[in-house]
Amino acid sequence: MTGRRPSLALTSRRRIADQFTRGVFLGCAALLVVTIIGILVYVSSRGLATFVRNHVSIFTFLFSKTWQPDDSPAQIGAATFIVGSLEVTLGAILVSAPLSIAAALFLTEIGPKWAQNVLQPAVELFVGIPSVVYGWAGLRILVPLIRNHLGGLGFSILAGCIVLAIMALPTITTVATDSLKALPVGLKEASFGLGATRWQTIQRVLLPAALPGLLTAIILGMARAIGEALAVQMVIGNTPIFPKSLTDRASTLTSIITLDMGNTVGGTKWNNSLWSMAMLLLLIALVLIVTIRVISAKRVY
Amino acid sequence: MNARTTDRVATGIIWTISAGIVALLASFLGYLLVRGLRYLTPHFLSNPPSTIAGGGVGPELWNSFYLLFLTMLITIPLGVGAGIYMAEFAPANKVTEGIRLATETLASLPSIIVGLFGLLLFVQRFHWGFSVIAGAFALTVFNLPIIERVTENAIRSVPSGLREGSLALGMTRWQAIRTVILPAALPGLVTGFILTAGRIFGEAAALIFTAGQSSSALNWGDISLWNGSSPLALNRPAETLAVHIWKLNSEGLVPDYRQIADGAAALLILCVLIFNVSARFLGRWLYRRITATR
Repeated sequence: MTGRRPSLALTSRRRIADQFTRGVFLGCAALLVVTIIGILVYVSSRGLATFVRNHVSIFTFLFSKTWQPDDSPAQIGAATFIVGSLEVTLGAILVSAPLSIAAALFLTEIGPKWAQNVLQPAVELFVGIPSVVYGWAGLRILVPLIRNHLGGLGFSILAGCIVLAIMALPTITTVATDSLKALPVGLKEASFGLGATRWQTIQRVLLPAALPGLLTAIILGMARAIGEALAVQMVIGNTPIFPKSLTDRASTLTSIITLDMGNTVGGTKWNNSLWSMAMLLLLIALVLIVTIRVISAKRVY
Repeated sequence: MNARTTDRVATGIIWTISAGIVALLASFLGYLLVRGLRYLTPHFLSNPPSTIAGGGVGPELWNSFYLLFLTMLITIPLGVGAGIYMAEFAPANKVTEGIRLATETLASLPSIIVGLFGLLLFVQRFHWGFSVIAGAFALTVFNLPIIERVTENAIRSVPSGLREGSLALGMTRWQAIRTVILPAALPGLVTGFILTAGRIFGEAAALIFTAGQSSSALNWGDISLWNGSSPLALNRPAETLAVHIWKLNSEGLVPDYRQIADGAAALLILCVLIFNVSARFLGRWLYRRITATR
């Protein structure tokens, strides 16, 4: 049993190396903090210019629906975009949340192993598909479908909702599955022991117990939906109006930023108002994240 | 309806929904692949886009891979470092909570915001212009929290016995991480990295305003890092495959843009599929090699 055995002596060089690498890794982690602060500072500095330098009132920005930035004087009202973003996100979540939770239940409770081995990779593949492909498929398949069967131009808020629902579905499913798996087995077994059917157990015991995790999943799906830019921009019609029906066109914060940012000059009121919309998106994302933290803090399981 | 009937109905609904999701994915992918694969000729894969019909996506395909490579080059050391710190060294105090909050926030940011930040910082303030390097750094911002999470998960899933045993033998933390824990976490790390690479490959919103929406014709004989026509040049605009699909649609100038976009979309999906499948296989193979499982 001869072989070279490296010494594990705690030499001072080893101790210094340990401290040094610890510092290096702390620096890497600190980089994340620096980056997010940098993003907040930079985007806000441009976004606030609309109100500070160009003297657009916040009330007008948030609640006026007149969007004529190339007029003189320029009319900056972002209400149609804000409402569009909210409507399309809400619609997407209404469709995908129940479907995702059903899929999560299948993956944890109901499906046999062979079927789980089909659905799980399918969900993972859904996550990996790029958003432009969703947008392009929406354009090629969904828009003509809506135009031919439901009327309107096909470019519609309905198309936006469906595309976003498909994009949010794998996110919600994955997180919901994780939170259902984290429940102690004893809950389920106690319920069966009392004579409940599987669905009764799911409905009355498991879902309420996993509620914080499920809500987290849904909010993460919302964050994905409200932040999606390209796929929505390709199918929603990009008209700054309040849609009167599902087949009407609409516009969202992300879609107007994508469309207009390249055509505006930095420093002008038009450009600054786009940055204000970006700042608004950032604020919404922050609010969603804080909400998730508050909900997770109340988790029992 | 008694409880047993409700149970049966609910089970049936859940089965239908799950089968529907799988069918949706299969038909979605199948439709796009069937529609687009016929355009993937060598001509299409190597030629640059043109203003008349018959252009290809050669430079865009190269740009997608090159940007992916550069991003991973920058992100993996930084992200793995951050992940090691959070998994091994971080005490349970306010600073650690702050880092975690920052990571989660960064991970949930809309990618268009990351692209706009890249526009402000890398393109304008650093005067890099629309360039490969600006795109790579923008993607790094987007990617860093993901790699950190992958690393942290992989390290946390290493059995604690390994860690405790090595520390009991008298190793320093860094020695234990370097020689025992990182190799044990390797399969999880590799799987995570390849899956992340698949996501980055298809990213477009962060690149529209950083790497640009055009690509110069590439002179393959040139390998300098600064010349505008070298494929390796860091300071040239570099439209990727995903951005190209978006641009084709938003401009609609080329007469055959639908066919090109179909082909490009099929190509993107194919690459993502390859990334996904190889991540699984490579991870499983590595795991079997390292743990000597049969």
